[in-house]
Amino acid sequence: MSIHYPTLIIILGCALVTVVPRIVPFLVVRNIALPEPILKWLSYIPICILTALVVENFIIQTNDNVKVNWPVIIVVIPTLLIALKTKSLSITVISGVGMMALLRFFLLS
Amino acid sequence: MIAEKAVQQREKMDLTFRQGAKDCIPTLLGYISIGLAAGIVGVSSHLSVMEVALLSALVYAGAAQFIICALMVANSSISAIILTTFIVNLRHFLLSATVAPKFTKYSLLKNVGIGALLTDESFGVSSSKIAKGEPINDRWMNGLNVTAYVSWIIACTVGAIFGHLLSNPEAFGFDFALTAMFLALLVLQIESVLPSKLNHYLRLILYMAILMIVLSFLVPSHVAVLISTIIVATIGVVTDK
Repeated sequence: MSIHYPTLIIILGCALVTVVPRIVPFLVVRNIALPEPILKWLSYIPICILTALVVENFIIQTNDNVKVNWPVIIVVIPTLLIALKTKSLSITVISGVGMMALLRFFLLS
Repeated sequence: MIAEKAVQQREKMDLTFRQGAKDCIPTLLGYISIGLAAGIVGVSSHLSVMEVALLSALVYAGAAQFIICALMVANSSISAIILTTFIVNLRHFLLSATVAPKFTKYSLLKNVGIGALLTDESFGVSSSKIAKGEPINDRWMNGLNVTAYVSWIIACTVGAIFGHLLSNPEAFGFDFALTAMFLALLVLQIESVLPSKLNHYLRLILYMAILMIVLSFLVPSHVAVLISTIIVATIGVVTDK
C-alpha cells in the first residue's frame, strides 16, 4: 500500500503530458474562432480516428515483426453486420465479446 | 409555438447529467474489462494497489497505462516513459479540438473539466450525437465523462486487488470489447452522414485502413493512428465537393 517516489514522478509526469493535449484545444477555441477549412477538417476526425482504433487491432506489432491478428479480423466481420443491423452500441459490444470468447474457446480446445 | 416549446422541453429533459450517465452505460463493458486488465497488469508490473489507483485517476488512459507498466518493467528511464505517454495520448488533442467548439459558451473551469476527462469512448459517444444533429451541453457531457471516469478508477483498482485471481482475462474475449465498441461508434457515425456524402466517407475509411496497415510496418501503431488521421482528414477536405 505504498507509493514509491520514482513511480510518483512517472505518474505525475505522464498525467501532465496526457491532460495538456486534452485541455489545450478547449482553451484555444474559446479565444479564437476557427476558420471554415479547419472546422471542415475537424469534421472528418471522428470517422478517421474511429477507423484507426478498429484497424489498429488487426495487426500485432512485436519488437521485430508485424503479424496479422486473425481472430480479431474474423470476429470483426459478424460484429460489423450486427452493428449495421442493430445500430446498438450495447448489443454490438456484448455479441462481439461473446463471439470472441467462443472463437478463443474453440481455437484453444 | 406550443410544438416548439415541447421540443425545447424534451431537449432539456434529454440533456441532464443523469441522461449523460445513462448514455455512458453501453460503453461501460469496455471501460470495466480493460480497466480490470490494466489493474492486473499494474500489480504484475510490481505497482502497489495505491499506485495503480493513482495512475488510473491521474493518467486515465487505457493504452498509455499498459505502455507505462511495460516500460517500467523494462526499466526505461523516467523521461522515456513520459515522452512515450505524450505521443500515445497525442490523439486526444484531435479529439478535444473536434468537441471543444460545442462548449465555448461555458466557463473556463467547465471547459477544463470536460477536456480533462475526454477519452476515445466519451468522444465517440458525443461525436455520434453531434453527427446526428442532436444538441449537447455541459451537464450531459459531465454525466457521460464522470460515469466513465469513476467506473475506470474502480475497475483498475478492483483489477489490482484481485489481480492474482484472474490471470488470463483475454480468454473471455473482453479485450475485444473496445474494438467492437469503436466499430459500432463508426457505424453510428456513418449512419448520420447524408446519402450524397456516403461514398466520400466510405472512401476515406478505406484510405484510413490501407494507410494504417502500411504504416504499421514502419512506425508504432499509436504514431500510425496520428499520421493516418491527419493525412486522411486532409484528403477529406481536399476531395470534398
